[in-house]
Amino acid sequence: MKSRANAMELIGATMVASLVLVAVLAPMLAPHDPTRAVANSFGDPWAPSWRFPLGTDALGRDVLSRIIFGAQISLEVGIAAMAVTMTIGVAIGLSAGFFGGTVDFVLMRFTDVMLTLPGLLLAMALVSVLGPSLLSILIVIGIVSWTSIARVVRAEALSMSQRDFVMAARALGAPPQRLIVQHVLPNVAPTIIVMAALGTSGTLLLDAALSFLGLGVPPPTPSWGRMIEEATIYFRVAPWLATFPGLAIFYAVLGFNLLGYGVLRRRAR
Amino acid sequence: MVAYLIRRVSFGAFVLLGTSLITFAIAFMVPADPAVAMAGAKADPHTLATIRHQLHLDEPLYVQYGDYLVRALHGDLGRSYIRRESVTRLIVSRFPATALLAVSAMVLSLILGIAMGLVAAAYRDTAIDNAQLIVSLAMVSMPVFWLGTMLLIAASAFTRGIPLGGLAGWKSLILPTITLALGSAGYYSRILHTNLSDAMEQEYVRTAIGKGLSRTRAMIKHAMANALLPLVTLAGLDLAGLLSGVVLTETVFNWPGIGRLAYEAIFSLDIPLIMGTVLFSAFLIVLANLAVDLMYAYLDPRIRLEEIG
Repeated sequence: MKSRANAMELIGATMVASLVLVAVLAPMLAPHDPTRAVANSFGDPWAPSWRFPLGTDALGRDVLSRIIFGAQISLEVGIAAMAVTMTIGVAIGLSAGFFGGTVDFVLMRFTDVMLTLPGLLLAMALVSVLGPSLLSILIVIGIVSWTSIARVVRAEALSMSQRDFVMAARALGAPPQRLIVQHVLPNVAPTIIVMAALGTSGTLLLDAALSFLGLGVPPPTPSWGRMIEEATIYFRVAPWLATFPGLAIFYAVLGFNLLGYGVLRRRAR
Repeated sequence: MVAYLIRRVSFGAFVLLGTSLITFAIAFMVPADPAVAMAGAKADPHTLATIRHQLHLDEPLYVQYGDYLVRALHGDLGRSYIRRESVTRLIVSRFPATALLAVSAMVLSLILGIAMGLVAAAYRDTAIDNAQLIVSLAMVSMPVFWLGTMLLIAASAFTRGIPLGGLAGWKSLILPTITLALGSAGYYSRILHTNLSDAMEQEYVRTAIGKGLSRTRAMIKHAMANALLPLVTLAGLDLAGLLSGVVLTETVFNWPGIGRLAYEAIFSLDIPLIMGTVLFSAFLIVLANLAVDLMYAYLDPRIRLEEIG
């Protein structure tokens, strides 16, 4: 069913594009300042109304504006963390698959150990050790998420380095870095792109979870995960506070998942 | 077979050694001084030195690590700095609550996942299959702590008898179990669907259909046996993950399990407790991997007989 894969890819791409658009145009789209009290609702959040379509929070801030600006930091962290993850994963996977032997053995046993460690716990411990900042969150998400990418890239690089054209280039005396960059990497690239889309849904979820646990990007930057954390004590009196930021995370993760699986399926057939 | 066993067990031991090294390294990175954490910021240097000596913090790192390893092998994971209790005893006392939640979530996700996967495979390439694809992707994409909060909101608005947090009676299992199960159920249903569809193309199933068996019967009687095995492997590993504590769900529902224990340990920088919960988790995963390997060896004659042939 090629048409179904195409539809998934298209819908996913549209969802992701709409998110990027919202993030870029946030200052124009948001009706209010996301970090300031714009309503007199201190300690008593207001329900959705015409003036505040998604209500206000306990500090009198507009929820819609916070969600719109939250797209900026969520996408920034999601995509940058994915880039860190891919860099580590591709570097380790390529070296293991291409060089083989001892290099492969050592790197893959290290991967096995990292796979055994509980990801979220490790991330929490590392963030609290390094202190929550944008940079430490990116590094920590990268450290706990690269393993599956390294395994896939290793397998592809391994099969690639035994193909005739790579063997031929090697026989002609091409140095390893040239073989990797010119011959192996371009052929592994499509896999890397799929893994990147799927990886972003993972990093978005991990970042949201860390924010929810109070270990995300520090305030006053509006972040979806922390909005839910701040809303939990109001779940009876102001259910909209937790509902809408969660829908935003859900939308973003679903978009990247649809895009990733769509591309994967189209390529598989 | 024996050689295979020895290989798998020593691999498990190696992985555990690696994880203990990494957790030890992280604990060493913690900026807080444990002696200050125990004695307070105003303690005089002599008291601090005494505490450091008692905790062996004045020894070289490799000696500290060696001590830690030897004691961990005897089941002693040290004492919590903040709670002043044995880490092993703390983990053991929290384990029943976590195990209860883990098992009930696993049962629900398997039932849901297998049912959804079976139906989608039976109606392959129809509207039902498409709907299942969308639903399962949505289930996988939901942040678990948000799903939990939404269930809290719904339960407090529309029901009376369902407890919203804590562990008191079987009813308090309802909300956290659903929260944990939905994501993996979506995942399992897709895996089962793929495996079933592949199995249906195999010669032995097509032969059965050619001999007059209906597609549905062929799927349940023949294809299912092969399609379920990878799923059981996956579920086994997931169960190990669940048993080591689920931080987010336990936080949302105030569940007295290992996940909450770990969460509190991290926020109070209680190093022995952090190391203990991480190591315990790694230990369970290594154990589950071993169990899966053994099951494969038992089921697959190629592994069972490799040393003889």
